[in-house]
Amino acid sequence: MVGKERRTRSIILTIVGILIAIYILFPFYLVVMNSFKVQADIVASPISVQGASFKQFATNLSAVVNNSNFNFWRALLSSVVITIISLVLLALFGAMAGWVISRNNKTKWATAIYMIFIASMIIPFQVVMLPLVSTFRDAGNFVGVPMLSTIPGIIFAYCGFGGAMTVFILTGFIKGVPYDLEEAAAIDGCTPEGTFFKIIFPLLTPVITTVTILNGMWIWNDYLLPSMLLGLNGKYKTLPVAVQSFVGSYVKQWDLILTAALLAIIPMIVIFLIGQKQIMNGMVEGAVKG
Amino acid sequence: MNANSASRKLLSLICIIGGIAMLVVSLIMDFSGSGVPYRGALLVCGIIALILGLYLFPTLKYHRRIIYIIFLFPLLFTFAVTVIIPLCLGIFYSFTDWTGIQYTQFVGFGNYISMFQDPQFIWSILITFIFVVINMILVNLIAFLLALLCTNGIKGDGFFRAAYFLPNLIGGIVLGYIWQFVFNNVLINLTKTSFLVQTRTAMVAIIVVYIWQYAGYIMLLYITGLTQVPKDVLEAAQIDGANATQTLFQVKIPMIASTFTICTFLTLTSAFKQFDVNLALTGGTGSVANFMGKYLTSGTQMLALNIYNTAVSKNNYALGQAKAVLFFIILACVSLIQVRISNSKEVEL
Repeated sequence: MVGKERRTRSIILTIVGILIAIYILFPFYLVVMNSFKVQADIVASPISVQGASFKQFATNLSAVVNNSNFNFWRALLSSVVITIISLVLLALFGAMAGWVISRNNKTKWATAIYMIFIASMIIPFQVVMLPLVSTFRDAGNFVGVPMLSTIPGIIFAYCGFGGAMTVFILTGFIKGVPYDLEEAAAIDGCTPEGTFFKIIFPLLTPVITTVTILNGMWIWNDYLLPSMLLGLNGKYKTLPVAVQSFVGSYVKQWDLILTAALLAIIPMIVIFLIGQKQIMNGMVEGAVKG
Repeated sequence: MNANSASRKLLSLICIIGGIAMLVVSLIMDFSGSGVPYRGALLVCGIIALILGLYLFPTLKYHRRIIYIIFLFPLLFTFAVTVIIPLCLGIFYSFTDWTGIQYTQFVGFGNYISMFQDPQFIWSILITFIFVVINMILVNLIAFLLALLCTNGIKGDGFFRAAYFLPNLIGGIVLGYIWQFVFNNVLINLTKTSFLVQTRTAMVAIIVVYIWQYAGYIMLLYITGLTQVPKDVLEAAQIDGANATQTLFQVKIPMIASTFTICTFLTLTSAFKQFDVNLALTGGTGSVANFMGKYLTSGTQMLALNIYNTAVSKNNYALGQAKAVLFFIILACVSLIQVRISNSKEVEL
């Protein structure tokens, strides 16, 4: 009796779960389905398979990929380069700074730096974005290193903005790494930088994974910062900026817009399918620690 | 060993002197206004050479200190240039007639006064607050229910978790356009007029999309919280004769109070800063017939978008910056109050 009741309950819950999943995944289905159609068929019946063909998909695809506003391969390359270099630098610099802070946490200067980093996490991007553009422009003109509309410039900005959270999470973790390890290495004649790179850094793998996932999700999907620093019609565009610039030039051309959306979604979905568990864990741990 | 250290000393000195020389030369070029294109490269090389020289400097006494400085330098430098300096400049500019390039005079609180005389801005603040409150409640409620669903012995819960989390992977711009399509071309068959046409329903649409994007992520946090409730506590409750509802309200929810704090904080700040979906879904459009005696054309324009449009689209940088400073102050106050309330609640429980 009880067993039967339980089974009925489980079946009902599963059905509810499936219905919610359908609701959540439905927009994705629409994107995929309608990138295989021409505009007229999309308007006539957006839900059904009517009018969908691989030939049309190829047509849409080539129209979008070669579009001068979207320029998919170029945007993808920019996004990949910016994200990967920023992530590597953030992990490295963040671990270095986090190590110094956590090993001097009784001194005033380290506490002050740490507190400034934590306090800065509340600063919304909107309050710094306008002066940031003018600072980058003026500093770039002054010292002769172009900072606006360049890839190194935006990577520099991501290191600055991601630094606070990265240091916060990494410092918390490094505090838990026993100091004895470093003392033993120092007695064996290991230099401080050698100790850090050979002993501490390898131990940080789990927390660096977390930080990289958090920063990666943010940098890859970020729109406001690249749109301000690279410009909507600049030389380089990240994928979200390219989508925005593309849609701006093709109002209501849903066959092309949805194909562009599909192309912008695919890289993230592929990465999610590969590292599903790590990504979900990383997002949770980052939030719990942050 | 000795020769090694001597050569190291030489190398270090060469690097330090060379680095300083390069820095000085490039700075002289900067200040004298010469447009030599390689002065930037010279500056970067100078900094690198200087750091290398300091690193190689043969001193046992100060080596650790030098390493600490070198390790802190990259992040502190980028942080100062991208956050601290613009923040200070931004607060300063908000009291001037800044044009995005230069300013000619101080206007005191002029920008702050004029933004409160603009009904559109008051409206933006108002709808942002309503949006934040509704979202904070709905996202947490829905996410918590989803978490209960996923932890209640449902089959294939791994799939459900991944499916519910999926929208969170995709940026707001792309999501906004996808949902614009859903509302304008698909749901229109049910609703006759698109949700996005009227201001009221367009706000509902933004809320729907936001929940759709964010609930899966918050759900993951609740799942983690719920699975960390110790088994023996649940068993004890069962032995004491508590039914499922009692266990939920009297054991599980109090046990995961800290998760509630984190989740409300996350939804609060992220809803407050909502920009991407707002821009892509409605672009801020929507008419309001009469607000403070004025007809508004940007009925769904929330604070973040209002700031962006004031500065970038309408080219009024000083006013936009003043609004941004206010935005920062509101966000800081709201987060502080929220953290304080949550902390006191946690202690009570």
